[in-house]
Amino acid sequence: MSNQEWPLWEIFIRSKAGLDHKHVGSLHAADAQMAIEMARDVYTRRMEGISIWAVESVNIHASNPDDAESFYEPSNDKIYRHPTFYDLPDELTHM
Amino acid sequence: MTNDKIQYILQLADNSLIHGHRLSEWCGHGPILEVDMALTNIALDNIGAARSFYQYAAELEGQCKTEDSYPYERDILEFRNVLLLELPNGEFSDTLMKCFFFDAFQFHFYTALQKSTDERIASIATKSLKEVTYHLRFSSEWVIRLGDGTAESKQKMQAAIADFWTYTGELFDASAAEKAMMSEGVAVDPASLRPLWEKTIADTFEEATLSYPIQKDGAWFQKGGKTGIHTEYIGFILAEMQYMQKSYPGLEW
Repeated sequence: MSNQEWPLWEIFIRSKAGLDHKHVGSLHAADAQMAIEMARDVYTRRMEGISIWAVESVNIHASNPDDAESFYEPSNDKIYRHPTFYDLPDELTHM
Repeated sequence: MTNDKIQYILQLADNSLIHGHRLSEWCGHGPILEVDMALTNIALDNIGAARSFYQYAAELEGQCKTEDSYPYERDILEFRNVLLLELPNGEFSDTLMKCFFFDAFQFHFYTALQKSTDERIASIATKSLKEVTYHLRFSSEWVIRLGDGTAESKQKMQAAIADFWTYTGELFDASAAEKAMMSEGVAVDPASLRPLWEKTIADTFEEATLSYPIQKDGAWFQKGGKTGIHTEYIGFILAEMQYMQKSYPGLEW
């Protein structure tokens, strides 16, 4: 018997048609098919979704928290990048 | 006539209840968390189907019967589930094989039962078929994975086939109530499902590289559950399941 762990998968669920798949958690599975079946059992038992994506976690590349300062802080003082300087007519709603 | 119908419904309910109860014993003991949840989900599906049938039986029988009367107030001889389902869970491989044999049967059975002349039974079949389609997918995937897996997993699956094979024949024997209901188009002739079941078994075992006994006419099989003659194991199941109602009759919570 090998003690090798099954790979980790990230699970994304679409709650209803038209909405995005949202990350709901992760699980261990031997392959993609097993990952989807297990996601069905673990994450959709309370009618949470109508579609499942499974992505092997090793295929997700993340930014490094150590880079936060140089990545995100420079945008803090550049509020002119937000489209908040337009005068909108009153009739326009949902903006 | 009504009596036969009630007996037939109870037979279907008992199969689902006892199977569901056995699977519920896996709760907290599954090999991994995800499989633990899958097995308990399947347990709940089965107990849900059993409830639908018990409710219908209670309505037909009247006399203050409720869905709870049947699981909690009957004794061993009145249960009509097939022996296969009351056998102990054994290892994961054993439970899977038991599930696979039963799921394959239930899939073809519910497919046919949708055409029952009794609308209530037909609608329970339609609802349950969706659930059983997934159960069969789950159990057959695992049979293939473990059968075509390591030498050890294959050996365990092969052992499970040997242990349970002789209990599969009873699925296709018609009880007296079943025969009476078949003549009215309410029940499905279980013998007619045999070729379908064998095909499902053969296809899956071929993919799983597992071997199984060749079916021969007149081959000997264990039987008795459908007539109330059970193995010793059901006593232990009922002892646990009925403990509360036997200690405190009529207790509600």
